[in-house]
Amino acid sequence: MAYGRGAAAVKAIEDVSLDVARGEFIAVVGPSGCGKSSLMKLISGLHAPLAGSLTVEGRPVSGPLKSVGMAFQNSNLLPWRSALDNVLLPLEIVEPYRRGFKREKYKGKAVDLLHSVGLHGFTDKFPWELSGGMQQRTSICRALIHEPEILMLDEPFGALDAFTREELWCALRDLQSQRRVTVMLVTHDLREAVFLADTVYVMSSRPGRIVQRREIDIPRPRDLEVTYTQHFQDIVHELRTLIGKH
Amino acid sequence: MDRREFGIKVASPAVFTVLLFLVWELVCKALDIPLTILPAPSDVFAALWQYRAPIVDNSWVTLWTTLAGFLIATVFGLLLGIGVGWHRALYAGIYPVLIGFNSVPKVAVVPVLILWFGIGEIPAVLTAFLISFFPIVVNVATGLATTEPELEDVLRALGASKLDIMRKVGIPRSLPYFFGSLKVAITLAFVGAVVSETVGANKGIGKLMLDAQAAFQVPIVFAGLLVLAVLGIVLYAATAMIEARFTGWAFRGQTNR
Repeated sequence: MAYGRGAAAVKAIEDVSLDVARGEFIAVVGPSGCGKSSLMKLISGLHAPLAGSLTVEGRPVSGPLKSVGMAFQNSNLLPWRSALDNVLLPLEIVEPYRRGFKREKYKGKAVDLLHSVGLHGFTDKFPWELSGGMQQRTSICRALIHEPEILMLDEPFGALDAFTREELWCALRDLQSQRRVTVMLVTHDLREAVFLADTVYVMSSRPGRIVQRREIDIPRPRDLEVTYTQHFQDIVHELRTLIGKH
Repeated sequence: MDRREFGIKVASPAVFTVLLFLVWELVCKALDIPLTILPAPSDVFAALWQYRAPIVDNSWVTLWTTLAGFLIATVFGLLLGIGVGWHRALYAGIYPVLIGFNSVPKVAVVPVLILWFGIGEIPAVLTAFLISFFPIVVNVATGLATTEPELEDVLRALGASKLDIMRKVGIPRSLPYFFGSLKVAITLAFVGAVVSETVGANKGIGKLMLDAQAAFQVPIVFAGLLVLAVLGIVLYAATAMIEARFTGWAFRGQTNR
């Protein structure tokens, strides 16, 4: 699958196939430039492949998938909308909510979601009144409000400091275990991938290929303490070696 | 508004204005400048009071022609700006024509308008419109063109149509540009209306000043200038207030929200 424009076009991803079960949490890791983000944009239909084809559940992808929720490295909240109204945005776009959309009708749902990620008392704040971590929590809520079949996260914690990042790992972990949503997380943080995911896919760069599929056998629920155990460290080390080699 | 803010926002411009008039008065009296060259503020205010009936009458005409031209410019400018910002081909095609059109001094267009519509208010309204729509178009188009693609991606990932993206992201995003341009446009519309009145009209402050000048009634000319200045400030302030009301989110650094 090639990707890019004109002379700058590179063969970004080669013969990648991911098996994701419903409710599974998968992570895709790899060095920067290995095509992780491209893979995500292709799967979501945000970008069309230049060459090659892509199928999701056996059907070729031609445009944005209906049942995808996406969050990016930047929260990309609309600055003229409060946290609550940002979360409500997908409902104004996606069917069946769009038909006869009324703010009052879905307000409770959005508030509940924001509360579940710890944003009590911040629902009416504007994005610039929120910290980076809060903005990212709001962004994840926005990706979930329309109950997508898969939540796609493109390095959602990349711009946060280490402590906030770990806090958000836990928020995401809880959100996923409560709602049983299927998650695809793209990241270059191996600890993040191992802590959160059921299965980690390791990609190599140019062309991007899956070089390893590693199931993480750490039992759930996982506590942050788990990241300091030998078993956890071993898995991270094993994945790190794979990335260095290719 | 606390005392400090009141001092800065109300008292200091008031003091400065009074000071300006005082200096003007003193200079006129000290140098004994003739009334026909530069009348002192006291003479100007006297003329203002003496001829208040025709001045109010004519101000009203200038005000409504300005506002009518400005309203047409707002609607037309907004629609054209969205159109130009919507499509690259439209942008490439229309933009050079717009610049060419804007380069023509509007004083040169007034005689044509008078030829078409006769002496009266219509040329003034049209001149106000023609002179003021350009900044609105350019600003709205710029606002749309500079919308962050990441913000659009959020909607595109949801399968939003181009119209959805325009409604939910493009237009709200360009509102600060739009309102910013209104402040420029209202002053320009005012200039357009007065220019048109001085070229050919039955009524309006421009016409009043032209007549007063012909009769060497210089204090009335200056009274007209004073009225124009006050009207200009009022119109600008009204637009700025509307701007603050609708696009507070874009000025977060300056307000204590």
